[in-house]
Amino acid sequence: MDILNFWVELGRVVGEWMASWGLPPWAVNLIADFIGVLILVVFGVMAVIIFTPMERKVIARMQDRPGPNRVWPYGLLQALADAIKMLTKEDIIPSKADRALHMLAPILVVIPALLIYAVLPWGPRLIGQDLNVGVLYVVAIGAIHILAVVIAGWGSDNKYALLSAFRTVNQLLAYEVPMVLSILAVVLLARTMSTQGIVEAQSVPYLIVTPIAGLIYLVCAMAEANRSPVDLLEADSEMVAGYMVEYSGMKFAMFFIAEYVNMFAVAILVSTLFLGGWKFFGLEDVAPVLAPLIVFGKSVLVIFCMLWFRATFPRLRFDHLVGFSWKFLVPLSLINLLLVALVVKIPVADSRLAPWVQGGAMLLASLVVMAATALLLNRAARRLKDAPALKRIVAVER
Amino acid sequence: MQVPLSWYLIVAAALFCIGLYGVLSRRNAIAILMGVELMLNAVNVNLLAFWRYGEVARGTLAGQVFAIIVITVAAAEAAVGLALVIAVYRARRTVDVEEVELMKL
Amino acid sequence: MTLSVSHVIFVVLSATALVGALGVVLSRNLFRAALFLVLSFVGVAGLYILLEVEILAMIQLLIYVGAIAILIIFVIMVSRQLMSPQYRAWNQQRPGGAVVAVVLFAVLAFVLLSVTWPTAEAAVPQDAIARLGRALVAPDQFVLPFEVASVLLLVALVGAVVIAREK
Repeated sequence: MDILNFWVELGRVVGEWMASWGLPPWAVNLIADFIGVLILVVFGVMAVIIFTPMERKVIARMQDRPGPNRVWPYGLLQALADAIKMLTKEDIIPSKADRALHMLAPILVVIPALLIYAVLPWGPRLIGQDLNVGVLYVVAIGAIHILAVVIAGWGSDNKYALLSAFRTVNQLLAYEVPMVLSILAVVLLARTMSTQGIVEAQSVPYLIVTPIAGLIYLVCAMAEANRSPVDLLEADSEMVAGYMVEYSGMKFAMFFIAEYVNMFAVAILVSTLFLGGWKFFGLEDVAPVLAPLIVFGKSVLVIFCMLWFRATFPRLRFDHLVGFSWKFLVPLSLINLLLVALVVKIPVADSRLAPWVQGGAMLLASLVVMAATALLLNRAARRLKDAPALKRIVAVER
Repeated sequence: MQVPLSWYLIVAAALFCIGLYGVLSRRNAIAILMGVELMLNAVNVNLLAFWRYGEVARGTLAGQVFAIIVITVAAAEAAVGLALVIAVYRARRTVDVEEVELMKL
Repeated sequence: MTLSVSHVIFVVLSATALVGALGVVLSRNLFRAALFLVLSFVGVAGLYILLEVEILAMIQLLIYVGAIAILIIFVIMVSRQLMSPQYRAWNQQRPGGAVVAVVLFAVLAFVLLSVTWPTAEAAVPQDAIARLGRALVAPDQFVLPFEVASVLLLVALVGAVVIAREK
């Protein structure tokens, strides 16, 4: 057994052992698929257990306070304490709410988050199912998440939950467009929509080739996961927790779990699309067994960035939020798409040098666009500062 | 290719007829629109089944392209139709098609 | 005809699509009808995957479930008809409509089952997506319907915004 390729060999050995029971091949495949699904779901739920305490400790340290430190040394089992607390709470259903819808919404929220794990590549030959439309599948799954939010809002029989659900859908739809456009830029570069193909095509991580697409995708993915600074609609101190207000106990825990599972999946997606996935300067050719660890390490980096954003930035107001998406991110991602489409077609004489030349050209062009954007924003901010309305307010205060 | 083509066509026909019943017998404009969407889905299933069972051998992609165009047209029509429903609701406070009969003789 | 996995999957997916469709036209509560519509769309997307056109399945989920169904649900919530006491769901043509639908289905089923369809067995090519992309913009293939569809979308976009605007 090739120890360096441990995970694939393990799968092969288990498959052969099951086949030796004398089952027909379709039964062996079915059982193997079930085991694979179980492992992926466990990965997803593991995200909650690992990242809940990590989030609270990291944000606490950034705010110069200790964070949870009662459960186990350093408070690392906090998620377990939260789970026990939520399990022991009473399950309240509003009397005039539609019972079926009220119970359907939490289930429907967790399902899309877990479904993303099917197309995430954990190694050179470790992937749930290598769909040739992998990234399109991820975007389509996001659509189901939007539906779940609407059902949660409607099934609560609460005007404020409904209003918050409307606004959340508004936000989710607004941030879906730049997300799709930045994924499209990556697909143009990699010439394939399958996630495994995109990782294999990244001789240079795409964050360096198209930094604009990477940053836009990070922001949009955070907005899709309803995380700060764009979590106006579900934060505890705003809009009374939004569309989740009438949910208590385990159902609320489902929303909570869905958010963290989604966050982990999105972090792995960012590392797959933009940071090179399971590649690490050639280490994956030597020891493919370390590939899942590399993926996990990169996704922890991305999650740390997300937590950093949450601890640092204030919340955006709702109209600022959607205005930011439609008026800034969509034109920027369209310009980026145009750029990528043009540069990809530059003919390079020496085909071995082609990725580097094209990557360098794209990086240069992206830096020019980012500098131009910063300049325009600076000019707009200066104009806003000198606006007569603002002057009147400042004058009155003085 | 083990499922016979006629099964797909029967399912498409059933979807179409159910959508037709929805269009003919409901009063609410939005419910009628939902029936229309069902009919368009049935058409798409039909197109793609015929593509898979016939055209793949000839190498053309007309079935898929046609299905994509149908989805596009369905989206455009749903958007405009629902905008009309909202406009009528604002003017008449009703979405019941039986009550919007100002042009009746 | 030996029963294989594809047959079972086909029956499950078509049952989902048809049960969803029946739920749409038979359910009195409009919101539940919209959710049954989503179920029907998901069933049809499954049928597309069975037909080995995964890209259309994803497009179906993205556009039908992610945009059209959400739009329908929004309009249902804005026009709160189903909260009014005189809400009547069906009009006088209900029996006639049922008869027409059943007769049409009988005729179609009879025709579809009695014709032998000229099928050709072939495998879907590996680069189907690249071919689809090329077909949509190739001048000798389908660029004209593609461009006309984009113009249609632009017109629908502008039209919907203008019609639904508050005066």
